[in-house]
Amino acid sequence: MRHPVFVLAAFVPLLPLGAQATGRPAAPDTARKATYVAGALSVPNADPFPSTYRARPARTVLIRNATILTGTGQRIDNGAVLLSGGKVVAVGATVAAPPDAEVVDGTGKWVTPGLIDTHSHLGVYPAPGVDANSDGNEATNPNTAQVWAEHSVWPQDPQFPRALAGGLTTMQILPGSANLFGGRSVVLKNVPGRSVQEMKFPGARYGLKMACGENPKRVYANRGPSTRMGNVAGYRAAWIQAEAYRRRWEKWLETRAGDPPARDLQLETLAEVLRGNIYVQNHCYRADEMMQMIDIAHEFGYKIRSFHHGVEAYKIADVLAKEGISASIWSDWGGFKMEALDGVRANLALVHAAGARTIVHSDDAVGTQRLNQDAAKGMAAGAAIGINVPPEVAITWITSNPAWAIGLDDRIGALEAGKNADVVLWTGNPFSVYAKADKVWIDGALAFDRGDARTWWKTDFELGFVPVTMGGSR
Amino acid sequence: MRRSLHALAALVLVAPLAGAQTVAITGGTVYPVKGPKIENGTVVIVDGKITAVGAGVAVPAGATVIDARGKWVTPGLINSSTSLGLVEVGAVQETRDNGARGTNGVAAFFQPWEGLNANSVMLPQARNDGLTTVITHPRGGWVSGQAALIDLSGSTFEQLVRKAPAAMFASFGHVTARGELYQKLRELLSDAKAYATRRAQYELGNSRTLAATKADLEALQPVLAGTVPIVIEADKRTDIEAVIRIAREFKLKAMVARGAEAWMVASELAQAKIPVLTGGILNIPKDFASLGQRTDNAALLRKAGVSVLLIADSYADGETFNPGNVRYEAGNAVSAGLSWDDGLRALTLAPAEAFGVADKVGALAPGMDGNVVVWSGDPFEFATRAEAVLIKGRRVEGPSRRDELQQRYRTLPPAGYAKP
Repeated sequence: MRHPVFVLAAFVPLLPLGAQATGRPAAPDTARKATYVAGALSVPNADPFPSTYRARPARTVLIRNATILTGTGQRIDNGAVLLSGGKVVAVGATVAAPPDAEVVDGTGKWVTPGLIDTHSHLGVYPAPGVDANSDGNEATNPNTAQVWAEHSVWPQDPQFPRALAGGLTTMQILPGSANLFGGRSVVLKNVPGRSVQEMKFPGARYGLKMACGENPKRVYANRGPSTRMGNVAGYRAAWIQAEAYRRRWEKWLETRAGDPPARDLQLETLAEVLRGNIYVQNHCYRADEMMQMIDIAHEFGYKIRSFHHGVEAYKIADVLAKEGISASIWSDWGGFKMEALDGVRANLALVHAAGARTIVHSDDAVGTQRLNQDAAKGMAAGAAIGINVPPEVAITWITSNPAWAIGLDDRIGALEAGKNADVVLWTGNPFSVYAKADKVWIDGALAFDRGDARTWWKTDFELGFVPVTMGGSR
Repeated sequence: MRRSLHALAALVLVAPLAGAQTVAITGGTVYPVKGPKIENGTVVIVDGKITAVGAGVAVPAGATVIDARGKWVTPGLINSSTSLGLVEVGAVQETRDNGARGTNGVAAFFQPWEGLNANSVMLPQARNDGLTTVITHPRGGWVSGQAALIDLSGSTFEQLVRKAPAAMFASFGHVTARGELYQKLRELLSDAKAYATRRAQYELGNSRTLAATKADLEALQPVLAGTVPIVIEADKRTDIEAVIRIAREFKLKAMVARGAEAWMVASELAQAKIPVLTGGILNIPKDFASLGQRTDNAALLRKAGVSVLLIADSYADGETFNPGNVRYEAGNAVSAGLSWDDGLRALTLAPAEAFGVADKVGALAPGMDGNVVVWSGDPFEFATRAEAVLIKGRRVEGPSRRDELQQRYRTLPPAGYAKP
């Protein structure tokens, strides 16, 4: 059902800049080598808003004598991590370091990969939360697959630095959940930028935000969908169109007869999901609705990468494991509406115990500063019913597992040689309420040091308005 | 006339107890709050009242013993801002009984506790988390109504209510122009004063139009008398300074709730003896009233001598589904500089004093009610569980709804469901 033709074409970093001169679309077989040209012709998969992120200068750093949680399920007591050239070079009980390495003594401290949030609205719902800056929900049509969250991100959102002080290095910014199809997500690095492009994670895939249940039917009660069956009809109608659009383009690329089909931003995004290039990030609370979304995915041949919120994920954790769908969930947030009523505290532990990929997400500017604390609540709830999740496993809920959900597990989420040097040094066990991020490195560069005011980040907005840098969380 | 009205309004009730019952909690590290911690301490409760607290206290014959060796023993925790029993499912209007219609934004008369749902599924999960007592209060308008202090055990509202009214709740969050709102509050209070001196004329219709209804003006009398405190939600420094000023002018017993920028006027609040209800986590300038929001607010206030009452304002469901998370507010506040003892005090004695029940709850001492929690460890830590919760000397236990759900789905598929 799925066609691999565009698999690489959508992979932004593979787009050679030099190809811009060719001026015409390539044949399908060369398309696999990704010679499409950004903006030059009306073809899908271009990269019109390319990342301009640049890693900051990185020193060679050796952190030693620390308890290390690698993010791959390992714990190394009294271990060391070597960072160099923006990458993790070595992790182990002992690590040989070059003489010029800056040595950080981690005695009594813990080291983890930088934390990753699969569900953030920083920048699109910035602080202060005034209407003028409220840009997270294009609630004008149940299908707004054509909108891209990055076009709403305000890089001066004071919530970014506060999340950094909580060890958060990467986040997926999603549109809101008013619509069946909310639009494209964007993956950001938590660094200051004059534009969102300067924060964009180079080469990260896009995600598609979809939403089940109460939100769309409430928002569109007057014009429809106003019921859950209306929601499902809406998804299916859109996928039928997307499938036809995908075929039209493929046919034209094969024959190149006549004018290319007209581009349609909405269908372009959906077609990219059908090609497997954009991951579905599906807001869905109830177990029975998740099961229906899985059937819809089967019907149209795409995969759901992660269910978000999933307060009832524990009811179908076996199915999630079998389907290879991750669960981006909270430890205990729930009860606030009918579809959130069955939230249980052991959700994380139960999903984990069933073998499904378990992720702590936030959907909240406060929670995103403390993913480790939410994971700790989930560990405690598991222990209360006999599911013991040790720190070296629980850390995967906020590092390597979310990295997988956004398709970046080959680059971030773990402390192993070759991975990006996104690292947090904690003042103690990160699952203790008293632990704080002491130092945070992004691509090997020191992005935050609690003890060094020169590293504290104050956004433009905060100058003059906000008296305390990083909200006193430094 | 006035007295009988107040007698009706002020329900101070104690739940009926079963026959003589003696409980001894033995061997734990006891944190009495008033006084230093006691290693290997014993707490004895007879017929719902604490009779002894200390090391080397004899266990009375026939006592039910709770072995607390290796455990931490504290007074039952108090969350000073919840909607427990008044809101079941936030998004379902028919389960919300915390917002009165009122008149022009004023609902001082509103006493929500008669509509309290003693069968709320939120109560067992709150008390299983070590909360024994909470403030449950109305919302909406700029004078929202009266709050009740309730114990989380009982099958009728009379049994739940420990003290009502425990406070009047108002808000400076509902703004046209700040100065106007302060003036309106002054006008309301002045008219309530005027009304009290001319009740007879008012009844005869010989009165100018007053700023509120008769029921509202009556309800404000104990606030003016200083017997019921007024809690005013305010974040901005300007608003908090207005609270200090108005409280002084009318001799009110005032408190500030939320108080994002309270740290800026910490010494003034301390001098005016105005306690602050706040959390230990928030640090986001979420609106122009809270630009100064900072994680160490509670620590700075305490340093200046302000009484701090912790609330779970960083958790979106901290007033209903997860009010027990208030203990993590304490942990984070301690991480941000509050002393551990002050963290515990902010969840026990400080609210008990502020709401006028410190002779009964908020500390462990002879004569106090047996609201006690045995913890597996430091109550501010995530890994710690409330292992035994006693309310008025009786152990409350049994699974909450969410406990039952996760038990049902402990193995998949649950009994009675088909295997996929």
